[in-house]
Amino acid sequence: MKIEVRALSKYFGSVEAVSNVSFTVKEGELLGLLGPSGSGKTTVLRMIAGLESPSSGDIFIDHVRVNDLSVQQRNIGFVFQHYALFKHMTVADNVAFGLSIKKWAKREIHQRVADLLQLMGLPGLGGRYPHQLSGGQRQRVAIARALAPRPSVLLLDEPFGAVDAQVRQELREWLIRLHDELAVTSLFVTHDQEEAMEVSNRLIVFSKGRLEQIGSPAEVYEDPATEFVARFIGSMNIVEAEVKQGVAHVAGLEFPAPDFPDTQRIQIGFRPYYIKLSEDTTHFRLQARVRHVYFLGVAYRVEIETESGLILRSRMNKEEFRQCRFEVGQPVSYAITHFRILPQDHGTPSPAMGIPDSPLTP
Amino acid sequence: MRRLFISLVWLYFAALLIGPIAYLCAQASGEGLTVFLNEVMRPEAVHGFWLTTEITLIVLLVNLLFGTMTAMVLARQRFWGQTFLSGLIDLPFSVSPVITGFMLILLVGPGTILGTWFGTMDIKILYALPAMILVTLFVTFPFVVRELTPILMAIGTDSEEAARTLGANEWQIFIRVTLPAIRWGMAYGATLTIARAIGEFGAVLVVSGNILQLTQTATLHIYQSYVDFNYVGAYAVAAVLLAVSFLILIVLELVKARTSVMTDRSPQMVIP
Repeated sequence: MKIEVRALSKYFGSVEAVSNVSFTVKEGELLGLLGPSGSGKTTVLRMIAGLESPSSGDIFIDHVRVNDLSVQQRNIGFVFQHYALFKHMTVADNVAFGLSIKKWAKREIHQRVADLLQLMGLPGLGGRYPHQLSGGQRQRVAIARALAPRPSVLLLDEPFGAVDAQVRQELREWLIRLHDELAVTSLFVTHDQEEAMEVSNRLIVFSKGRLEQIGSPAEVYEDPATEFVARFIGSMNIVEAEVKQGVAHVAGLEFPAPDFPDTQRIQIGFRPYYIKLSEDTTHFRLQARVRHVYFLGVAYRVEIETESGLILRSRMNKEEFRQCRFEVGQPVSYAITHFRILPQDHGTPSPAMGIPDSPLTP
Repeated sequence: MRRLFISLVWLYFAALLIGPIAYLCAQASGEGLTVFLNEVMRPEAVHGFWLTTEITLIVLLVNLLFGTMTAMVLARQRFWGQTFLSGLIDLPFSVSPVITGFMLILLVGPGTILGTWFGTMDIKILYALPAMILVTLFVTFPFVVRELTPILMAIGTDSEEAARTLGANEWQIFIRVTLPAIRWGMAYGATLTIARAIGEFGAVLVVSGNILQLTQTATLHIYQSYVDFNYVGAYAVAAVLLAVSFLILIVLELVKARTSVMTDRSPQMVIP
């Protein structure tokens, strides 16, 4: 265990920003803290760094309780969202800052800076000032500066939040490679679920200061532990249905719900790729009309409006789409192959359930 | 319409600034260089220049130190009475310097509690250098604070926190991170302080007693010369002060130009 957080809470005045959060980060892991803005994830990161002090709870780094250690003593590297580079210093001086504070010998500083700039893909830029660099370069300088004094953990706050989409993608891949090479335990905060999925070994989902789920990206996506995670990770169709004799009804759709009493209203969720479409209106029992077709690059999203006016999102890959070539206004038949029953309050959703008898014809 | 306004602006400047300055220079040099130098080198004038320099340097030092500290506290800390203190900063601008001097007389003048106490301690405040420094401090206090507070707020605490995570202690952070970020603002506040300290007249007149070769600053000397019908002397010393102010103004403009370069965030010479 590299980092351990036990029952961590933080109040700002009477506002509870972080509520009783516990988790561990393994040695060499790249872990993402994911959540919407204001969910407390940055506060958790800042408490681990020592930039914020917890209202209650304990933080361990390398099995040492660090609550009472100052930022300077924790030996962490921190990367800020807006780089926070020293504007009046050259790139080399920025990277060397922590080393000169720790009184490294000049020759060793020089060597370390040169090595890091090489590693960061910034050779020859040591003499430049931050304002002469692009956003992506600045962020890499910030990471180099944080890594220079060989911190025991690297903490990154929305590391790619301030750069444009293309650079962000490059930086993500670059961070993964860098992490593979250095194997420094890293914790990063992001509100971008795609980024969290792609970059992290494991991720932690936050909402309103609470920890919702810890797991691998696949686990969190496939088996959301709470309704929030189900809604937040990936896209989901959510409808509210009323139970009658063990079946939930909404606008002509039926979902088996044997454990629920009559007249109870429950929320049903299903991922877009669990909606099958057919241009043959007799293929599936349910009827709808194509409302909009979105081209997503690797896939298509087809928005349909059911006979009863429900708007649902379906997703398919290019091959599937090419076979049918849906057009706006076209009548289609559809089926929902899997669904989950989402709990009303803060509970666990049911596992994905199949609807085996949906297609009228196989 | 546009031409009219431009002409009006020129006229305004000419009537208010350029005309009087040109006239002053003409008067100061009208009697020839020897007379000018004679007036400027008079012991009273030299003493005045020296006293003004002395007061200005002390005031500048104190203002830089306490002004920076005040700005740091106001920009970074949240405390009770903060809004009140922030509002007070501009007070010296809205109080007439004569009133400032008068306030000090009421405070430490003869017969007052403080004045009597200082008297028994044999410390001379009024009609001496301490009073002149105090009132000059009062009138120049806002410059550094007003210059630095918004800069400190704008640069935020990110880079200071970054330095902290890299192991720097508070002193190292101030010297190596904060100070370089605010140095041009400090220079700007300093030039304004110098210009104001050199030019201060009213408050200093009230508290100094205007004692020849003792508490007579350069501006007081100009006033005295004028009252004594020594117009050439007044013009000559005034011309010197004007030259110094002009020099400071040029420095100020250079600082401003430099500051705008430093704060320009647009990426220059970006290497893809």
